[in-house]
Amino acid sequence: MSAILDVNDLCVSFRQGKRRIPLVENVSFRVEKGRCLGILGESGSGKSMTCKALLGLLDDNFEVTGSSAFEGMPLLGASPEKLRRLRGGRIGMVLQNPMSCFDPLYRIGEQMAETLAEHTRLGRRAMREKMVDILNLMRIRTPEDVLRKYPHQLSGGMLQRVMIGLAMSLNPSLIIADEPTTAIDSISQFAIMQEFVRIKRQGEVSLIFISHDLGVLSLIADEVMVMHQGRAVESGTARHVFDNARDAYTRHLIDQHKAVMSRFLAAIHAGKTPREGSAA
Amino acid sequence: MTWLEHGMKNYIIMRLLATIPLLLGISFLCFVFINLIPSDPAEVALRIRQTPIITEELIAQTRAELGLDQPFLVRYFVWLWDCLHFDLGFSYTNPARTVLGEIGRCLPATLELAGLSLVYVIVLSLPIGFLSAVYKDTLFDRIMRGVVFATTAMPVYWVGLLLIWLISIKCDLLPTSGYGGFSSLILPAFTVALSYISTYIRLIRNNMLENMREDYVLYAQARGLKQRAILVRHILKNSLQSCVTAIGMSIPQLIAGTIVVENVFAWPGVGRLCIASIFNRDYPVIQAYVLLVGVLFVFFNLAFDILQYVADPRLRERKS
Repeated sequence: MSAILDVNDLCVSFRQGKRRIPLVENVSFRVEKGRCLGILGESGSGKSMTCKALLGLLDDNFEVTGSSAFEGMPLLGASPEKLRRLRGGRIGMVLQNPMSCFDPLYRIGEQMAETLAEHTRLGRRAMREKMVDILNLMRIRTPEDVLRKYPHQLSGGMLQRVMIGLAMSLNPSLIIADEPTTAIDSISQFAIMQEFVRIKRQGEVSLIFISHDLGVLSLIADEVMVMHQGRAVESGTARHVFDNARDAYTRHLIDQHKAVMSRFLAAIHAGKTPREGSAA
Repeated sequence: MTWLEHGMKNYIIMRLLATIPLLLGISFLCFVFINLIPSDPAEVALRIRQTPIITEELIAQTRAELGLDQPFLVRYFVWLWDCLHFDLGFSYTNPARTVLGEIGRCLPATLELAGLSLVYVIVLSLPIGFLSAVYKDTLFDRIMRGVVFATTAMPVYWVGLLLIWLISIKCDLLPTSGYGGFSSLILPAFTVALSYISTYIRLIRNNMLENMREDYVLYAQARGLKQRAILVRHILKNSLQSCVTAIGMSIPQLIAGTIVVENVFAWPGVGRLCIASIFNRDYPVIQAYVLLVGVLFVFFNLAFDILQYVADPRLRERKS
């Protein structure tokens, strides 16, 4: 199997005057074709920072070292223009907080169109058809309507589906999903996870799925890397990490998760209805 | 139009109705304050008309002519009633002239001045504010921040005098004062505009820097949009949203704010008319000027609120 993305010894540090504050230290990982790498860690552990660094989304205040190759092409050190062409095209991204990820002043259709126009040469009508197709694929019932809506008129789950659809639309070989289920309600979370599982089953696209939620990751990840304070403390196949984690922090996370789940299951078996959201 | 729905119409009607007590309040307060001035307008009027001998009877007669012998409240309501019939009365000092005519004669000069100032404000602060945000902390941004700081701190009349000294006297490029063609307009308009330019450079710069940290910018980058498109189409447009409201207030401020500059540059606009009227105790003219400025503020405030409704989809329906 060939690696879509190969990252070695990635370090990110923040420049503050003459000091350098390390944020991510010596992180290495591989993403194989059609597989999903889950990155697990709490807020501030460097999960998002790692991906932003790879895609050139950090400004000049950050220093990035290490090596990385996407389909054999080096990412670190590539020109900003080259990285820009990759983003949204060969590498799709889905971010957290779908409600604030779209510009409030433009219709969804306009924002989708500007993305497509950046990466393709479709005419007006073809573009329109393509956008309707994207939304249909994401099982949005009234695509024409949604295209005419402004972001504030749609729910978080709906916007998240637009984001996923847009990321999928240009035949990417890698999608990076940064906490895509964190900011939306439990019911939409379930639907969104179904979309990701469906994408994965098609086997065309590799996924990097960033989350702080062990339950969510266990649904989709083949390999898992656990990050803690800027370091990768554990990595391996998902089963392996869940069953025999050696790192104390990972052990702690898994035990906590199991404890919550067992209490939850006990509540169900006792015939009580658990409150909404406690499953997450 | 679809946005002009029922709620919107009601909103405009409510806003228009709300302006009536506002204007009544403005005019009444103005009337009160003017009448607190301790000299007799009839006597001043007679002096200005160069009446050779001013006797007690003549003053009494003039007072009756001008309606000043009536009680205060009666005078206010007579004035108000006439106002509603678009009759602002006659000038005390020059009974041959109507107040409306005087204002009409001076207003174009003021509007020219305020109009060119507005052009200066938009043409200069937009690109400078934009570039200062994009090239934050570079030499350009630092110089501009210094300039902004200095010009905000300097009083308008002093800047005006400095400009006259430097550009008109030392360099002999533009006329020092007076009204005559475009060249005489450049300096006073720039003086009026200067403090607004600083304000707007700062406003646009800060708004842009704030917007750059928003999630929608990160996502726009993640979608692979060109940096220039993100800056102009998204960040700049969002940053200008709050500037629109501010400009709505600045336009009447510019028109009213010419009062100092008109006197420094001997510009024959309504500001100078107002100052002259205050010296001459020409009550009807002062009253009309204050009312004019009040109406301008109310009108532009309303107009720009509506404009924001049109520009911002989030405000358009209040349901969500």
